[in-house]
Amino acid sequence: MDWTALWLSLRLAAWTVALLLPVSILMGRFLAYREFRSKGLVEALVMLPLVLPPTVFGFYLLVAFGRNSPVGELWQSLFGHQLVFTFEGLVVASVIFNIPFAIQPAQRGFEAIPPEVREAASCCGMSPLASLWKVELPLAWPGLMTAMVLTFAHTLGEFGIVLMVGGSIPGETRTIAISIYDKVQAFDDRSAAVMSATLVAISLFTIAVTFWLSSRMGRRLS
Amino acid sequence: MALEVMARAAAPIPLDVAFRAGPGEVLALVGHSGAGKTTLLRIIAGLWRPETARVRANGTTWLDTAAGIDLPPHRRRIGIVFQNYALFPHMTALQNVMAAMDRADRHEAGRILGLVSLHDLADRRPAQLSGGQQQRVALARALARRPQALLLDEPFSAVDRATREKLHGEIIALRAHLAMPVVLVTHDVNEAQLLADRMVVIDGGQVVRADSTAEVMADPAALRALGLREVAVMLPATVAEQLPDGLTRLDTATGPIFLPTVESDPGTRVRVRIMAHEVILSRARPQGLSAQNILAGTVARIVAGQGPGIIVHVTVGENEILARITRRAAEQMRLTPGDPVHAILKSMSVARDHVAPEATGSAR
Repeated sequence: MDWTALWLSLRLAAWTVALLLPVSILMGRFLAYREFRSKGLVEALVMLPLVLPPTVFGFYLLVAFGRNSPVGELWQSLFGHQLVFTFEGLVVASVIFNIPFAIQPAQRGFEAIPPEVREAASCCGMSPLASLWKVELPLAWPGLMTAMVLTFAHTLGEFGIVLMVGGSIPGETRTIAISIYDKVQAFDDRSAAVMSATLVAISLFTIAVTFWLSSRMGRRLS
Repeated sequence: MALEVMARAAAPIPLDVAFRAGPGEVLALVGHSGAGKTTLLRIIAGLWRPETARVRANGTTWLDTAAGIDLPPHRRRIGIVFQNYALFPHMTALQNVMAAMDRADRHEAGRILGLVSLHDLADRRPAQLSGGQQQRVALARALARRPQALLLDEPFSAVDRATREKLHGEIIALRAHLAMPVVLVTHDVNEAQLLADRMVVIDGGQVVRADSTAEVMADPAALRALGLREVAVMLPATVAEQLPDGLTRLDTATGPIFLPTVESDPGTRVRVRIMAHEVILSRARPQGLSAQNILAGTVARIVAGQGPGIIVHVTVGENEILARITRRAAEQMRLTPGDPVHAILKSMSVARDHVAPEATGSAR
């Protein structure tokens, strides 16, 4: 059992969720409430990481983060080391490839709030921020919860992009999914089986908790 | 505390309207759906901005497109009851009311819920309340905002008839507590006549007539936009006696009238809506007639419209009854102002929800 890899995966997933939560609130809310001409294009772009093969997506990220790219150069000058093959690089890649999982359910959550309820909030004297905090977030919560759980679970399981951008450096970029692959390559079936089962258990647990929370929420509202 | 509104727009519906509602006054915006009534409420609340508009409440300018002033809804002291109430589903009745307060005050919120007789249900969520109860929470929430104008958007359209009657009574009773102008949007002329001091009739985004409710309801031109069958007056009466046969005797200035059960205690002062098209006129006091209500009066004036019908104003004591009869009948009877006539009314022609408690509003 590769505890370092499991811990790294959990840290990566937690960072991704933490960074994507505000993004999913802002973007989900924006896409849910606003109508504009290029909305379809924006929504398609948001969904793009879902349909691209992970290796293709990983390749583009590798090029974009590389030493010769503007992003890579900027990172190097700011932090003194390169972005690819580091934990930070993995976090950035993970945030990008989880965008559809984070934004889509959040958007649906905000869309489910009747417009007149939002109008009632502002007519009750709530500023946009107060309305978000007191009315919209509690009502869009099931959508946001789904978004975060999907993001978390998807990060634990992602393989192709992680391998392309991070490689398999123990303690730095070797996630549990990659560790399982390495074990299988090394004919260590026993370790692979234990780690796979652990991943299944974690995923099942997270999804069960979400279902339980959202059904409780549903009962409260109906 | 007054509300002044002026609005002009070309789209989404053509609109050219101006009106003023005084302190404590209930002003009804009446018209068919699509006439622009709800749009006007949304302009007042700041939920929609037309090309040209000015909204002033209690001396504060909320919106003036010419001067570039446009306060967002949360900075206008507005109380609004939406057609579908739009309560916050995740909050209890009490929390809904507290959500509209500048500083959440549990005690004060409870008092306001008491005003709409909902004290016992303070801890229920909207989903656990009936339509009528939700409507009252919405009203309490609107009042908790301490609004400078109270806006009611078809507030009784989503509840059943019995509940509506009760809510009408409660609104009338509540008026004594209200110092702000109230704007009621409705397509129900009965409702407007029961509740409003003044009416603004809107058709195709234009004001057809704006005047006291009694004046508007007697004006065939104004009522053409609403349907002439709606011409009616409110006749004051006092509940006198519940009769064993299911009728209620009410005393008016010129004698008793009998109506199907009016559920009020004897001595209660009410107003009865008498529809002009239900009234028959007779020169002589008729005998051997099934109609129970015969009121003696004098022809005050005769107003002819464009169609075959005319409206006869009959003075009955200190009040007036309107009779909508054909021009032909008036000519045959040779009716002229000053003639004594008898107004005849079937008991069964007065609908239950056409009897309302006497208003106790401040601006009367």
